[in-house]
Amino acid sequence: MTTTPPAVRRASPRTRRAAAPPDPARALLPSPQPVRLLDESGARIAVAGYPEPPTDSLRELYRRMVIGRRFDLQSTALTKQGRLAVYPSARGQEACQVGAVMAVRDTDWVFPTYRESMALVSRGLDPVEVLTLLRGDWHCGYDPAARRTAPQCTPLATQTVHAAGLAYGEAQQGRDTVALAFIGDGATSEGDFHEGVNFAAVFRAPVVFFVQNNRYAISVPLSRQTAAPSLAYKGVGYGVASEQVDGNDPVAVLAVLTRAVAHARAGNGPFLVEAHTYRMEPHTNADDASRYRDGAEVEAWGGRDPIDRLETHLRGLGVLDDAAVAAIRDEAEAFAADLRTRMNAEPTVDPLSLFDHVYAAPTPQLVEQREQVRAELAAAAENKEVAG
Amino acid sequence: MGTVTMAKALNAALRDAMADDDRVVVFGEDVGQLGGVFRITDGLLAAYGERRCFDTPLAEAGIVGFAVGMAMSGLRPVVEMQFDAFAYPAFEQIASHVAKLRNRTRGALSVPIVIRVPYAGGIGGVEHHCDSSEGYYAHTPGLKVVTPATVPDAYSLLREAIADPDPVVFMEPKKLYFASADATLPVTTEPFGRAVVRRPGRDATLVAYGPSVPVALEAAEAARGEGWDLEVVDLRTIVPFDDETVTASVRRTGRCVVIQEAQGFAGVGAEIAARVQERCFHSLHAPVLRVSGLDIPYPAPKLEHVHLPDVDRVLDAVARLQWDDQPDPRWLAA
Ligand SMILES: Cc1ncc(C[n+]2csc(CCOP(=O)(O)OP(=O)(O)O)c2C)c(N)n1
Ligand SMILES: [Mg+2]
Repeated sequence: MTTTPPAVRRASPRTRRAAAPPDPARALLPSPQPVRLLDESGARIAVAGYPEPPTDSLRELYRRMVIGRRFDLQSTALTKQGRLAVYPSARGQEACQVGAVMAVRDTDWVFPTYRESMALVSRGLDPVEVLTLLRGDWHCGYDPAARRTAPQCTPLATQTVHAAGLAYGEAQQGRDTVALAFIGDGATSEGDFHEGVNFAAVFRAPVVFFVQNNRYAISVPLSRQTAAPSLAYKGVGYGVASEQVDGNDPVAVLAVLTRAVAHARAGNGPFLVEAHTYRMEPHTNADDASRYRDGAEVEAWGGRDPIDRLETHLRGLGVLDDAAVAAIRDEAEAFAADLRTRMNAEPTVDPLSLFDHVYAAPTPQLVEQREQVRAELAAAAENKEVAG
Repeated sequence: MGTVTMAKALNAALRDAMADDDRVVVFGEDVGQLGGVFRITDGLLAAYGERRCFDTPLAEAGIVGFAVGMAMSGLRPVVEMQFDAFAYPAFEQIASHVAKLRNRTRGALSVPIVIRVPYAGGIGGVEHHCDSSEGYYAHTPGLKVVTPATVPDAYSLLREAIADPDPVVFMEPKKLYFASADATLPVTTEPFGRAVVRRPGRDATLVAYGPSVPVALEAAEAARGEGWDLEVVDLRTIVPFDDETVTASVRRTGRCVVIQEAQGFAGVGAEIAARVQERCFHSLHAPVLRVSGLDIPYPAPKLEHVHLPDVDRVLDAVARLQWDDQPDPRWLAA
């Protein structure tokens, strides 16, 4: 029917204006400025819709960030000693790494990238198992099914589609699981990111896409990835609610992520969060960041340290004192010492394990190749014995 | 004459090609300010400016698709895929467009682009950084697939790739980037489609390409101690393939081992072995053998040495070339 109902034609101009439908896009758009609940000095800012998380959670957030940073520094040191093949540091991004995993449950699924070693340790995974990939023993050291944590993903943005499928599959089977997908600013340029967000939106899958915008993709600045006012604006085109947050404000990250997870879990579909942050270290130990950014920029971001900010806030609340800070630092040191000891023990990796798990059952060709390698190893061992 | 690394030779080839032809443009991830993660594009932005050398959004399908359009507009794009496995998002553009545009349009359109792919292992890289992906490209008609093993070839083949009227997947063996040799640049070596005998020998032919060429040469050297005089053929271009040089060598020696880093099953080495036995059957004293990576996903750094062809495996294969005219015991057991 194309005839206009007479009621509308007869309505007064005033009523007509009142009846104008709300712009559905507006509800999806992020705040014009990143949400911030602590300013750079650690003073509290009130923002409607984002209540402060419980103080206990904030203390725990602080504790995990201190340990997370210590873990990160230790991993960088282990790389310099040749114990790790490569390490992508998350120093400076502690609020994002820890805040995000604190917003989800153990029964939720996390889809991390190579950058998220700290997040995984904060989620309670064994740090040695987390570092297995980077130590070069195997591609994934933890049990993803048991830990509901996908293997750390290197092919950029591919994990976002998996997160959409996982979340949809869980919902189909009557479970209220949320999938948290980490991704970097650069990777939002990959087609898979757009497909992941769109699939999640179309199927109303409970996914939180968490973009850590640390301003660089290796050397390439954000301006080369997008002309949008914020990466969070990418949500609206797909019908996905989104928000941007100060990624160096731990309180805001936890508050925004908590809201995003609740939104997804309540059946409202996916949610996209962009966190504005900065990686203090080069892309990895193999990178020379002086080629593309200057020391003044790094220094300026050093002044926005997320741990200092939260510490100031918690001390102001009277829930953290020198003794508590010292105790947490001791805990972090003990954590690092334990990691050092365990990482200094060189594990033996059985060469024949290469043939395991290529398929559920090996093909005849793999059985044959395994036998050949076994014979080679036996011959080599014999030669060694003769020579020795 | 001076000592030059393969990385420097590739860089010089890009520089010289850009100087000679204003249509040549270089783009990809981190190729501008950073000069590429392997520094192959170092200094090109400073020398030629943003129009000729630029970073793109992080999207390989986008990079190759963009290159197709730029080539249609008359430019000569040279794009970098950061690592072998990170070219896979671009595979649709490569297989469905780059490889086919000439054919689909009866020659009205062509896409003379060069897709540079640092590939293969031996550098202790974590997963997705060490794939030998040449087989996917070689299996796709319309693409030329080139892989240098020497410093002069790196320069000359890249220059030729940029000048070629067809799209070229230019595969750079990462582990050879920083190997150096005495070389004078610019240099012109043998053209596409010509394999080269790197070392003459009488007893058997080792056919290799890219990262396997140094392994073959080392094995040939070691084989002297065992009384074998081995010939080493470096293919240089997988497509077009030089049947003539390979065939002539195997007819002379009567024995052939093909070496590739890639997994063996359905790989380039299988194609070579088939071609050799088709053409040299009556000259062969033994079946053509292959030494390749295992049929497993590329291993983590600590175990890559078990996967990669090495001198011992090549010598084992040579030993199994039926010198006493007896069947290979390996296959008798089965
Ligand atoms: C498909 C793909 N292309 C290229 C790469 C190589 N690479 C690894 S990390 C990286 C930069 C990613 O930047 P961003 O998404 O901003 O994440 P960040 O490293 O800053 O955390 C690139 C280009 C890759 N891993 N996967
Ligand atoms: Mg980034």
